[in-house]
Parts: sequence; C-alpha cells; structure tokens
Amino acid sequence: MVKKPKVASWYDPIIKSHGTPRPLAKNCLAAFCFGGALCAVAQFFQLLISQIAGVSDKDAAAIVMIIVIALAALLTGLGVFDKIAQQVGAGLAVPITGFANSIASSTLEFKSEGYVLGSGCNGFKLAGAVIFFGIGSAVVVALIALILGLV
Amino acid sequence: MSGTIVQQGQSWIFSVPATLIAASAIGGPKEGKGPLGADFDYLFSDNRDGQASFEQMEQRMLQIACEMAIAKAGCVADDIDFFLCGDLLNQITSSGFTARSLARPYFGLFAACATAVEGLILSSLMVASGAAKKTMCAAGSHTCTAERQFRYPNEYGCQKPPQSQYTTTAAGAAIIGNEEGVIKITAATIGRVVDLGITDSFNMGGAMAPAFADTITAHLQQRGVSADYYDLILSGDLGRVGRDIALDLLYRRGIELDERRYIDCGCLIYGDDKAVFAGGSGCGCVASVSFGHIYRRLMAGELNRVLIAATGALLSPTSSQQKQSIPGISHAVALERI
Amino acid sequence: MSGEWWIDILKAFIVGGAFCLIGQLLFDIAKLTPAHTMSIMVTAGSILGGFGIYAKLADWAGAGATLPIISFGNMLVLGALEGAKSDGFWGIWTGILGGVSAGIAASVFFAFVIALIFKPKT
Repeated sequence: MVKKPKVASWYDPIIKSHGTPRPLAKNCLAAFCFGGALCAVAQFFQLLISQIAGVSDKDAAAIVMIIVIALAALLTGLGVFDKIAQQVGAGLAVPITGFANSIASSTLEFKSEGYVLGSGCNGFKLAGAVIFFGIGSAVVVALIALILGLV
Repeated sequence: MSGTIVQQGQSWIFSVPATLIAASAIGGPKEGKGPLGADFDYLFSDNRDGQASFEQMEQRMLQIACEMAIAKAGCVADDIDFFLCGDLLNQITSSGFTARSLARPYFGLFAACATAVEGLILSSLMVASGAAKKTMCAAGSHTCTAERQFRYPNEYGCQKPPQSQYTTTAAGAAIIGNEEGVIKITAATIGRVVDLGITDSFNMGGAMAPAFADTITAHLQQRGVSADYYDLILSGDLGRVGRDIALDLLYRRGIELDERRYIDCGCLIYGDDKAVFAGGSGCGCVASVSFGHIYRRLMAGELNRVLIAATGALLSPTSSQQKQSIPGISHAVALERI
Repeated sequence: MSGEWWIDILKAFIVGGAFCLIGQLLFDIAKLTPAHTMSIMVTAGSILGGFGIYAKLADWAGAGATLPIISFGNMLVLGALEGAKSDGFWGIWTGILGGVSAGIAASVFFAFVIALIFKPKT
C-alpha cells in the first residue's frame, strides 16, 4: 500500500475554508425517507403477493426483489436512475436497486466495446466488489461456525 | 532564439507577435443553453448525434471545429503547416484521429484541461520564431467520454458532492499565422507542475488553484506588468470553489485581482446552472470559451487585453486509485488587440 | 392480510431507512466510494448473519432488512451454513450461493436486456 500523501500544512486550512460542504442533513433525510419508503412499498407488495397468490413469505420476498431489480434496470436504461440517485444518494444505493444499477449501467456503458469484451467483461466492474467481499467473508464466517461446532 | 522573442524566466514575450487569424467553438446541447450559447459557431442538439460511440462524437466535434476554423480563416487544410491538438482520452485518440483526416504534420498534446492554451502557445512560438507560417491548434472534450474514463459509467447512480465539476461537451480550434490581423499573441508563460498533496478527485479546483497562482505570479513578474494591465484575466476551469481559493492564494502573495475582471471559464460556461455543481471542466471548456466567447469580444473591441491561464489536473484513474496526489499545471497566454 | 399489516410496513420503513442512513453517513462523513461502502455493508451482513442476528432482524422488519445489500452477506452465510448442516465442510462451498441466486440472476439478466434495448445517455 502506498502511503496517502498529505496536503501541505499551510494549504490545508485554505482548502478547508473554501470547500462547499456536503448538505449532510438534507442527504441523510432524503436517504432515510426514500430508502425507507422503497422498503415499505416492497413490504406492502410482499404481503399482498403472499395473500393473493398464497405463496410463502420467502417466495414473495424473492418475487418482489426480482421486480425491484427489473425496475432499477429499466430506470437505468431510460437514463433516470442516476438523476434520482443524485437526489436520494444511499436511499437508492443501499437497497438491491444499487446493485442492479451498478451491473446494468456497466453492461450498458461498455456495449460500445462489444457484447463480449465490453458488456460481458465489464458488467461486474462495480458489483464485483460486493460479490468478492460478500463471498469471501461468508466463507470465513461459515468456516469459523463449523470449527466452533455451531452448525 | 531570434531577436523577436525574449525569454524571461518561464515566460516568452513576443516583440513581433503572431496573429490569431480565426477561431471556432463547437458545443453540445447543454453548452448551447448556457449564457455563452450565442458565442458558439455550431451547436449539437444531441450528445451523440447519431454516432456509434461517445468517443466518435468527441472526434467529430474536434473535426468540425477544425474545419470551421479553416473556413473562417479563408484557407484550406493544406495551408496549415503544423497542427497541434489534444484531448482527455487515453492516448489522446480523438486528436490523433482528427489529425488523420486533416493529413497535416501533427503534434499530439496533453495538459488535461490546459491543452488548448498549451497548443496556442506552441503554435504562436512556431509562427513568431519563423518555424511556421500558419499553424492550427485545437482541443475538445465530451462529458460522457470523460465520465466513463475518469469516473463511473454514465448511468451509474453515484451522488456527486457540491464541489465536483461537470466535463464540458465542446471543442475549439484556432489558426495562428504571420499575417496582419486584429488579435496578437503577445506573451506566454509556461506553467510548472504544482502539487500540494490534494487527493480528493472531486476537488479539482483546489488541486489546480496553486498552479494557477504560481503561473500568474510568474507571468506578471516576468512580463513586468501589474494585473490591471489586462482587461480580463481568465482562469481555466477552476470552478467556483477553485476560483475562490485562487483569489485567496494570490491575495496572500500580494496580488489583488479585481473580482469583476477575473473570470473562470468553468463558472462562465454554464452560468448558475446547479446541475453542474461547481462549474464546467475539461479541455473543451477553455477551448470553447477562449476561441468562442473571448475571441468574439476581442474582435468586437469590447476587450483589448486578455490573459488566459488555463489549468489542468495531471491525474489518471490509475494514479488516483493508487492514492497519488493530484498534480496541477497552468499555462498562460496573453491575447491583445494591437 | 392480517389486521396489523401496516405495522409490518412501518417496521420495513424504519429499518430500511436506517440502513440507507448508515450508507449515507459512510458516503458523506467517512467519504467512502459507493464500492467501498457496499463492500463494508455486505461484509457486515455476513458477520451479523453468522451470529444469527440478521435472520432475527429479517423476521421482524421483512423487506426493510431483506432489500438492503447487507442482506446479501446474510444470505450468503445462511446458504453456506445450510450446506454445512447437510453436507459438512464441502456443503459450505456448494451451498453458499443458494440464497443470493435470485438477486444475481435477475440483475444480470435484466442488465443484459436493457443493454440490448437502450443506449447510454448523459
């Protein structure tokens, strides 16, 4: 690892006094409300589907998730996902919509380099980190659980 | 060097200056809607304009800018002795491909957003020193090519902080020659690379402002003039945040710029549009503002002496991910009606 | 639907919103990139999953816990542990992706479909 360079000591106060601060309160409120609303709507449809179709809660959750992913991909294709995300930040990035958008946007973006070398090779450019660390950590956790005899 | 060019430190003062014969500016739809919309020679209504990729669109903009400059100068491509061009993409492909179709002797340049001025300085030097009779310089950028190369896919939902800048979709070209004309390139200062350790790639203004202050200080001192000598000092795309820092840095060095006579291209091109955050950036920003808006105001006699100090951030996505700081550069060129 | 269905929705709102709020703080205060934030969250999810905490939260908050990316780590661990339960050591490797299958399959499929239909915009 390269040691992170430091801002020159005389310049640091100057740069700090001129930066435009991020609108933290507004961003947090937007993320909480939008993300919460998204989960609430998903929960509503989950309840509705399990009632009407008579499927298990687990299957209803999967169905809703697939629909949410399809909608996120559609909004990405229509070019509006990034506009909404600029307003609600983590409200769209933390739910599965963010994962779907990272794959859809990369797949779409690199189409100009071909379906195989472009979309295929770059589709997981951003989502790869989630899969990499998710699987890596899950294997470690499961191994520890196995060794400790918790399984 | 011949007697017509005086070297003072990092500056050149041209006693027999080259002429800016013609200049052209091309923009995209967003640039057309901005306050400088009327100063573009051609505006695209679409960021892609039927091209297969954004990269091809960027090259097309550069090509049209060059063709229009040649037409405005009343010459043909074969009259251009040397062509200097640059852009932001890997291996400056847009420039190389434009040079391919022009088929003139070509130098590829890279100074990030300061490329247009680097080209203008070198073109003027060639003409003033007698190494060329007529040269053309050009630079351009496209918001979507820069976004996908330096940041994220265009449709990726990443929230940008308020001090980030928006890459301009624009191109500009200028033709410099040894004939008579209204606008002369009278002096130039070559910037040193200045790096004060900024690593936040969303704060380019803060990374480049010290380079701007360094070049302005050197220029005024080496040319022996005060900031009041110029009707207008134009910084490259420092944006709103970088402009404030630049004013502060110069003030600390004892140089007070009149706020009404110091403008930043990045702040100017989109006006108060909130969607571009701290302002515009990219090669095309300085190129189109200088070769469109400023060129026209000089031609009309509304301005007599302008100092353009373009700024560039010499980073790459790789250097940024390897946690290297952002080196900045600023090249200055003086345009005057004589 | 049961009479207190709106309570389930309220719980989903609060828990889902809270996770998004944590994500926003990681963006704005810790100044992390989205990729770093999501990697941290998914890792936190697998650790909480290993302790069985996340499963309890998911029972309580429904979509509020299953929709955020943290749930991805939890589901990976649940898959691995389920495999381990039936097949021992080798079950970790065969079972790990079971729970996240729907999420990955749908994301890849719909991404490919929209890449066929649309072009990137500004």
